[in-house]
Parts: sequence; structure tokens; C-alpha cells
Amino acid sequence: MECQNFVILLYIFALAVFAGYHVVSKVPQLLHTPLMAFTNAISGISLVASLIIAGEGRNTASSILGAVAVAAASINVVGGFLITDRMLKMFKKKEKV
Amino acid sequence: MGVYDLFGVDVRQTGYLFTLLIASVLFLIGLRGLSRAETSRRGLSLAGLAMLLAVVGTLLNKRIVTYEWIVGGLVVGTVIGVPMGRWIPMTKMPERIALSHAFGGLAVALVGVAEYFNHGLELSAFDLGAVGFEVLLGTITFTGSLMAFGKLMGILPGRPQTFPGQNALNLAVLAIALCLLAMLVARPDQRVLFNTLVALGLLLGVLMVVRIGGADMPVVICLLNSYAGLAAAATGFAVNVPVLIVCGALDGGSGFILALHMSKAMNRSFRNVIFGAFGARTHLKQAEKHAGVVREGTPEDAAELLKLANSVIVVPGYGMAVAQAQHAVRDLAELLEKTGAAVRYAIHPVAGRMPGHMNVLLAEANVPYDQLYELDLINDDFPRTDVSIVVGANDVVNPAARDTPGSPIYGMPILNVDQSKAVIVLKRSMNPGFAGVENGLFVKPNTMMVFGDAKKTLAQISAAVKQER
Repeated sequence: MECQNFVILLYIFALAVFAGYHVVSKVPQLLHTPLMAFTNAISGISLVASLIIAGEGRNTASSILGAVAVAAASINVVGGFLITDRMLKMFKKKEKV
Repeated sequence: MGVYDLFGVDVRQTGYLFTLLIASVLFLIGLRGLSRAETSRRGLSLAGLAMLLAVVGTLLNKRIVTYEWIVGGLVVGTVIGVPMGRWIPMTKMPERIALSHAFGGLAVALVGVAEYFNHGLELSAFDLGAVGFEVLLGTITFTGSLMAFGKLMGILPGRPQTFPGQNALNLAVLAIALCLLAMLVARPDQRVLFNTLVALGLLLGVLMVVRIGGADMPVVICLLNSYAGLAAAATGFAVNVPVLIVCGALDGGSGFILALHMSKAMNRSFRNVIFGAFGARTHLKQAEKHAGVVREGTPEDAAELLKLANSVIVVPGYGMAVAQAQHAVRDLAELLEKTGAAVRYAIHPVAGRMPGHMNVLLAEANVPYDQLYELDLINDDFPRTDVSIVVGANDVVNPAARDTPGSPIYGMPILNVDQSKAVIVLKRSMNPGFAGVENGLFVKPNTMMVFGDAKKTLAQISAAVKQER
């Protein structure tokens, strides 16, 4: 990776932190647990990197490491989205009688 | 890759890059949906779509040549992930979140290890630095989260394990790890440096969480959430995939904001959060015993009091989660509403073991979320409230935090329950809370203590209210 490329990635990181700060600070205390489950699910995005390692076909040791990483990350993706949805479904307003 | 060329453009690689770009934007829009309960599920769907796009797009990546290991990993992950998402009870949410941080840390650390051993010598200094941070953050998150999980499950002792010089030791280990990282960038061929870095990361995770007690758990879980995100972002730098950086930054930032929010709610300083110097307050001297008499009441006495109340505020704490009393709370609240009382819930930010813990439990019990109030919005209403019911909360309603300079919890914002006309406290016994501080609320003349299991007591109160009506 060249220095220039690294700096471009830093741009992305800095802007994402800024955007994330603004979005997350608007999440009410009510939804803080779903927020944690939600961000946990999307940090399962490391699945993408794990897929590359597992599918690179470099050598068996590296493929095994990759496969375990794929399994661990997909637990978070699958489980994280399911549980966040389960939680969000429970939040209901008072029914008007 | 000639097969995929179209007008000189590599269609496969271009498709991969643009899919990930769209995914990054969708993740951000999806997260924005969480700013309101009404839009939150739509936001989640968008993020789910983004994840699907990112995975499908990645499978187009030209680095991927074989699919058998991928499929194997995905199958195992799904088989474990579905039951974890579907059937884990809401009361076990802190444990489940801690465990998933461990999985996240593990995935990232393994990717880093594979990257180093496959490409270590070809990597530039920037890449190596990124891999180093990735592995360090991943391993800290992994063991730290496993420790947190063990403590929450009660497998490991919940009390903070402290010893003299702990802070200095932790900082020294961190400093050594960072030095090793710098040396690794200079000498990528020295595998021993890399291996030691991995070992120190694993050690740091343990050291960081070993001294954490139950009441400090919310801050630690937030911090680990943040580390898991930053580790994913570092992976993005290492493998040059921006969508990882975007998601990692969102997760890292979110965990950090929550940790700050929690530390503010416990009156801890920013520095305290960064260096993880929790659990220190257990060393502080206990406040002197409060002179006063505990007024103990029966569930029937409590029902008598509630029958006359026009306004009631329920204050839940970790004890409600332990007793799984959220449904019993809801039953009593509905009964009181039928007799014409206005019932609201006051939620302290650090009630429970993770941010928003009480809200999720009450939502599970079908309590409408417009009856749940944050501290700032309800605190002025206590003097106008007939009866406050404290269910398994202690430190968050301790007046010493407001009135007694020198108390270990002095300065922490509390719910002013003691200002309401009458207080009913449901509690297992007179043991002090996690901060180890006596609670003056329990001996106030307007407080009635009802001892016993909160769930049973609440059912008895409900029965008594029904009878007398």
C-alpha cells in the first residue's frame, strides 16, 4: 500500500467517524441496547475480509484460519441481525383505546 | 480475467468495488433509522441488505479462487448464529453481547494472523502497521470479552480482582506491545515480534477486565464494543477494503459514545474511561451507617398505599432483571392504571448491566415505550408523585450521591425518588449495592421496605390491590 492510498483510507475513516458520531448521538437512550446489537451485527462486516482469506486458496493453514474467521464473523452477522430485529419488534407505543 | 472484460473495464472487479460502495452508504442510512423506534426496523432491514450486498460483492473479488472453506465457515456460523439470535432470552442480553464481541475480536485477529503469515514480507510499512493494530485490538477484544462474559455468567468471580501496581502493569504491557508493533514495522521478517504481540494482546484483554466489578460492566461492554469496531476498521486498512473502515468506524464511534454516556451517568471522568481505571471505588471507605429505623411493610401494606395513589413512578434496577420481574411489574402497573392512577417508569442510564438494559426488558413485558422516561425528563416530577416503587435498584436512587460530599458515589446523577410523597422499595435483603455504600433512602420516614423476591412480592401486591378494590 502506498502512502497516498493509506491517506485516502484515513479520509474515509475520519469522515465515517464524523458521520457515525452524528448519527449515533441521535439514538435515544431507549434504544441503546438494540444499538449495541445493531453495531455488533454490522461490525460482522469483518466477514468480508474473512471470506477473502478463506477463499484465497493460499495454503491449508491459512484457509482453516479463514474458515474459522468466517464462522465467527457470520455468527455475529446472522445472530446479530436476528436478535436486533427481535428486540426492535418489542418496542411498541401505547395502543389508543 | 479477460472473460470479464467489457470495453477494457474489468466488470467483475468494478462490480465488486461499486457493490461495496453502495453497501457502505446503506449501512449509514440504516443506522440513522435507529434515531426513532418507529423507523428502527426499516433501518435494520437496510443494514441487512447492505450486509448481503457486501458479502455477494466480495464473492466477486478476484482474490477469491476457492469456495469450499467459505461455505464450510458460513454453514457453521449460521448453525450457531441462528439459535443465538432467536432463543437467547432478553434477560441474558449483556452476556450475549459480550460473547458476540469475543467472536468479532476472534475473526479480526485470525484475519490479521493469516495476512501476516501469507504476505508479511511483501507488505509495506503502512500495511504492517494496520495488521499490527488489527491483531492487537482483535486479541484484546477477544480475551477481554470472554472475561466479561465469564463474569456476567458467574463462571468467573464477579468481584473486581485488584492488586497493587495494577495500573502501572497494564500501562507497561500496553507500552511494550506498541513498541513491538513499531519494531515489527521495521523488521517484518522477525516472526517472534509478531507472536509476542499476539500474546500480549491476549494478556491485555484479561488484565483490562479482571478488575471490573458488576456495576462497572456497562462501561466495559461499551468499550469492548468500541474496540471490536476499531479492530474491524484496522482490518479495512490492512486488506484495503473501505466498507470495513466505514462499518468499523460506526461501531467504534458508537461504542465510544455509549461508554462516555455511561461514565457521565456514573460521574466518572473521561480519563477514567480511556484507561479503564474502573473498580477503584471499591477501595474507598464506606460511608458511615445511617442512623434511622427501617420501616418494613408487608405486600398488603404496600397495596394499601398504592390504592390511594393517583401518580406512580416505577424505578427498575438490575434486581428486576435478576428476579425476571418485568412481567410482574407490568401486571401491577396495568392494575393501578385501571384504578385511575397514572403510571410511568423512570430509567437511569446505568440501571442494569448494559446501556438500555431496562428498556429492553420492559419492552419485552409489553410496556409501551412512551411510558419509559429518561432521568432528565422525569426527575423534577418526583415531588409531585404519590408513590415511587423501586424494584431492585440501589445506587441509582441513593441520596448520598446528591447530599453527602465524601461518599464514594457523590456527584453521580440519581433519580430523586426520596422526594416523592411515599416510596416502596422492593429488595431481597438489606445488603448494600455494588458500590458498597449504605443507602439513606431505606431509612427515610416516607420509605417502606418490602423484603423478598421482587417477582413474588409484586404478584402479592397485585393480588392485594385486586382484593381491596
